[in-house]
Amino acid sequence: MSTQTPTRRGAPEWLKAIAKSRELSIVIVLVVILAFTTSAHPTFLFSPDGWREFLRTPSVLILIAVGEGIVIITRNIDLSVGSTLGLTAYFAGYLLSTYPAIPIIIVVLLTVFLGAIMGMINGLLVAFFKVPSLIITLGTLYAYRGIDVLWVGSNNIVPSQLPQSFENFGVDQLGSIPYVMIVAVVVVLITAWFMRNRRTGREFYAVGSDPDAAILYGLPTRKLVLTTFVISGTLTGLAGVIYLAAYASVDSQVGSGYELQAVAAAVVGGVAILGGSGTIWGVALGALLLQTISSALNAVGIPSLWQQAVTGVFIVGAIALDRALFLNSLRKSRSRSVGSSK
Amino acid sequence: MANEPGTASPPLLELTNVTKNFGAVAALSSGTLRLEGGSIHALVGENGAGKSTLVKIIGGLQTRDGGEFLFKGASVDFHSTAAAKEAGIAVVYQEPTLFPDLSVTENIFIGRQYYNRIGLDRARMRREARALTERLGVPLDPDRLVRGLSIADQQIVEIAKSISLNAAVLIMDEPTAALSGVEVERLMGIARSLRDEGKGIVFISHRFDEVFSLCDTITVMRDGAYISTDSIRDVTEDEIIRKMVGRSVGNLFPKQEAKIGEVVLEVADLTTAGIFEGISFTVRAGEIACLAGLVGAGRSEIARAIFGVDRYDSGRVTINGTRVPRHRPTAAEKFGMALVPEDRRNQGLVMNAGVQRNITLAIRNSLSKFGFLTSGMEEAAAKNWAGRLQVKTRALDTDVVMLSGGNQQKVVLAKWLATKPKLLIIDEPTRGIDVGTKAEVHRLISELAADGLAVLMISSELPEVLGMADRVLVIREGRLTAQIDRAEATAESVMFAATHAAGVTA
Amino acid sequence: MTATELKGTPVRDYLLHDKPFWRRILQSREAGLIGALVVVVVLSISFVPNFGQPITLTYLVQTNFPIFVMLLPMTLIVVAGEIDLSVGSVLGVSSVVFGLLYDAKFSLVLAAIIAVLIGAGIGAFNGFLVTVVGLPSLAVTIGTLALFRGVAVGLLGTTAITDFPVDITTNLQNTIGASPFPILTIPFVILTIIFIVILQFTSFGRGIYAIGLGHETAHFSGVTVQRTKFVLYVISGLVAAAVGVVFTLEYDNSIGSNGIGDELLVVTAVVLGGVSTFGGRGTVLGAIVGGLLIAVLTSALQLAGVGSNGISVVTGSALILSVIGSRVLEGLTRGRREKKIAAAIGGE
Repeated sequence: MSTQTPTRRGAPEWLKAIAKSRELSIVIVLVVILAFTTSAHPTFLFSPDGWREFLRTPSVLILIAVGEGIVIITRNIDLSVGSTLGLTAYFAGYLLSTYPAIPIIIVVLLTVFLGAIMGMINGLLVAFFKVPSLIITLGTLYAYRGIDVLWVGSNNIVPSQLPQSFENFGVDQLGSIPYVMIVAVVVVLITAWFMRNRRTGREFYAVGSDPDAAILYGLPTRKLVLTTFVISGTLTGLAGVIYLAAYASVDSQVGSGYELQAVAAAVVGGVAILGGSGTIWGVALGALLLQTISSALNAVGIPSLWQQAVTGVFIVGAIALDRALFLNSLRKSRSRSVGSSK
Repeated sequence: MANEPGTASPPLLELTNVTKNFGAVAALSSGTLRLEGGSIHALVGENGAGKSTLVKIIGGLQTRDGGEFLFKGASVDFHSTAAAKEAGIAVVYQEPTLFPDLSVTENIFIGRQYYNRIGLDRARMRREARALTERLGVPLDPDRLVRGLSIADQQIVEIAKSISLNAAVLIMDEPTAALSGVEVERLMGIARSLRDEGKGIVFISHRFDEVFSLCDTITVMRDGAYISTDSIRDVTEDEIIRKMVGRSVGNLFPKQEAKIGEVVLEVADLTTAGIFEGISFTVRAGEIACLAGLVGAGRSEIARAIFGVDRYDSGRVTINGTRVPRHRPTAAEKFGMALVPEDRRNQGLVMNAGVQRNITLAIRNSLSKFGFLTSGMEEAAAKNWAGRLQVKTRALDTDVVMLSGGNQQKVVLAKWLATKPKLLIIDEPTRGIDVGTKAEVHRLISELAADGLAVLMISSELPEVLGMADRVLVIREGRLTAQIDRAEATAESVMFAATHAAGVTA
Repeated sequence: MTATELKGTPVRDYLLHDKPFWRRILQSREAGLIGALVVVVVLSISFVPNFGQPITLTYLVQTNFPIFVMLLPMTLIVVAGEIDLSVGSVLGVSSVVFGLLYDAKFSLVLAAIIAVLIGAGIGAFNGFLVTVVGLPSLAVTIGTLALFRGVAVGLLGTTAITDFPVDITTNLQNTIGASPFPILTIPFVILTIIFIVILQFTSFGRGIYAIGLGHETAHFSGVTVQRTKFVLYVISGLVAAAVGVVFTLEYDNSIGSNGIGDELLVVTAVVLGGVSTFGGRGTVLGAIVGGLLIAVLTSALQLAGVGSNGISVVTGSALILSVIGSRVLEGLTRGRREKKIAAAIGGE
């Protein structure tokens, strides 16, 4: 091309590098927030309770957001996670309080299995009827919540109904790390490895990147989409157990609004809402960031009521940033390909 | 040739009287194709002749209803594209089907990646990807995302994929439709070297120059049926066309004499950074001016900027001496411009709306009274224009997706002629249209010009350019390098200007 | 100019419609929905005690007024291939702002105008992000859903403003004369007619359908795609805010949680009413029947003694069944359609 691409002025290189690595930029924001909040209120981090809560609170959202992230990567969305969380948490609490004879591990497995089944219902409906997942999971958001409400009625689960050992699991720590966070981290490690290093993981990205090409290529798209919803349901079921352990009480409204938090965590964590890109690490850090912000708001005396507004700002900001980076890279690759055709 | 037909080994592909029905309609009544190893086999036919159905059956997208399908001598039945690929059949489509968010390497190896002890063996795949693209003469960065690669480079990735699959059969379905001359040459070079390795290649194209320079055997299909297979040396272009249409087509370019009138369109110094620069030309009433050049030279972009679909940085567009505001298709339309775009399905038509709604889409504002518009108010205009262009449909609420390519193009033309334009910009007027309808579209354009319409046509088909244009405007790398009058325009002069730097400008 | 002389007169004549009138009507999605609505109403009147009482109708319209009205602009947005999940939050912000301004001694009218303008502003913000910045509307409006719910709740905290003039509240809850229809029916019917005309009988509406079916073609045909979408978002915000004001006065209650979750009900009604989330298909009438269907089911189940929360099972299932049902029907007709396409191409 005879015309030279004009050099663009803009942000310095280091800033661009940070913006490009979503994980790094989240960590930086997180550190800034922690530094700011801790300098005002040292106990926010530097006290046994403060530290424990910092790590304990986000574990539920991390688990749900990881599943949600995988679903979004395949260009779908799962709005039913909040309702699934509520139902599975109550299911676990019901079993533990009503049938104390059942070993805890069996209860955990049954709950996770229930989550998987609920995810599978979503997945089957989306994959086999080719109905947008937004609509299907909007439907199951209502349906699962309705079942939850009908079943719970006024029989809330309270701490005294749960086995002591189970409750302890929710608050105890290994060294200075709460068990519930260890569970979340292990799940993040496994899923991150899976998404990066297994064929199926890469095929999730392929399906989300171009569903039509995936069909034409011969990828088992239905099975893949179904799998992501089962993963999401399974992790949400696990999150239900963790929720019960961490808070030891369940009513019929547990988990409502979590679907937005989960989508927000995934989007803030760098998952493109139209699928195809994003990492599990980013999602987990996104969840950690959102939860930390809301605790930090509390700590510095801003009513937690504003927390949702901050979440909203982060969602809009994250997708706007993605868009800017995308346009930038597109422009660059275009000028590069023009150059190469010389 | 590595492998003359007649040697002992069975042909790679042997399809005999393959049928495929959609309900009562036979899309394929007798699909017959015999592909030898070490051969490039052309498959030609009008749109709807059954080529793509045959390809879909070979590639595993559809299964046959009847007939014989032998692969390397054994009867096969592919129920998925994965099964066909597994067996060694790769298909490269006109529009590459890659995953834009994945890297070149991942696209080549998706679904069959190498594992090492801890996970994917990225280093090995990267090495192989680089080696593959280097072998094809286009070393691509293996870590680069496919998003942003040119169509030609994407096809390289597709071909690299099929080579790494070690496919014995490579089917290329109109691979050159979106390529520039240099890229076509490169692709043909690759095809020849694959042939020399003993692979069988099926090459589908509407461009006879490519077919005749590349292929050794040619099979013609018509109306879902097999017509003939010949050695390319034994047939002429005319014979092939006759077999394709089942009759002789007469003059493909029925150019009428037209009285050239006043300047209608004047483009002055039109520039968009990095795309085109300093474009100046005029088009007069009754004149067909043709923008020629390689694909990617910026021709469509210039047309789109003139009409206001895209922005331009500087310059001026005037119609009959009045300046047209930039980046406003609505204004362009008011000034009497019409644009029949290249991509009919996505830019020309609303595929899932009826014929009537499509025809009146551009004139909906002038048809409406105080902003209100009913179907009744649209009906007269729709009937009038559909009738004049002889759109073949029973009812006006039939979705245009149900029409054939040629009829769809007529609907686009009807839609824009309904705006009573002074200037018609028409981008690749006959792309994807079968030979018979092609001549009809050409006649139509010619008649319109004879009636005093100024026409700015863009075409990648040299015969079309030479047959239709009063004046050829050659664009090379975003610059107007030559204006050649009809009398002087030859294939050589146009191609020279399209491939050589400015300075030779007359 | 001269192009009109082409070939003198048309050489073919065409039918306006492929199918006869009655078949088009009977095979329309709206006909099926109205049929379903009639069945549900008849069954409810026969089997649910008190459902046949006029007061049921009054309550039904009153409680569902926000949904009915907000689904009108939502239908247009979904037909254009986008979505607006922020309407419930806009309702909330409008209600809270209206209450705060009224408390700050603004006149009712001025407070209402400001609240509605703020709603339009939020709509413009959504529209800006979707059209100018080019972000996916689903993500944008999930973001603004959270953002403006947070603002609504944050502004007013956990308190409520409940000192609006009593006579207005009473008037709003009145019925038209002796009929069972509440006063609010009048603005609802007027708005419905306006939106039906906009979508079905204007060139602007033709543009909306064209955008939903193929935005690029629309752009090439002189439809101002981005401006149209922007205007739709502004209308959506404006309508949601106006509903917020009316809702606040009707129940004499300005709190941050007003309208929470309404976006999901609105989308459910629109989708149930046959408006395709892929854009380009659906009508205002269908969406309203979808909304009525949900409202009638809810009200019947409530009267039948099913806990009000359990009704969400029915809402959710109705949504899923309706999309799956229409998908199955489509599958049945698609075979026929594909045959026709094949025939059309083959016959050339």
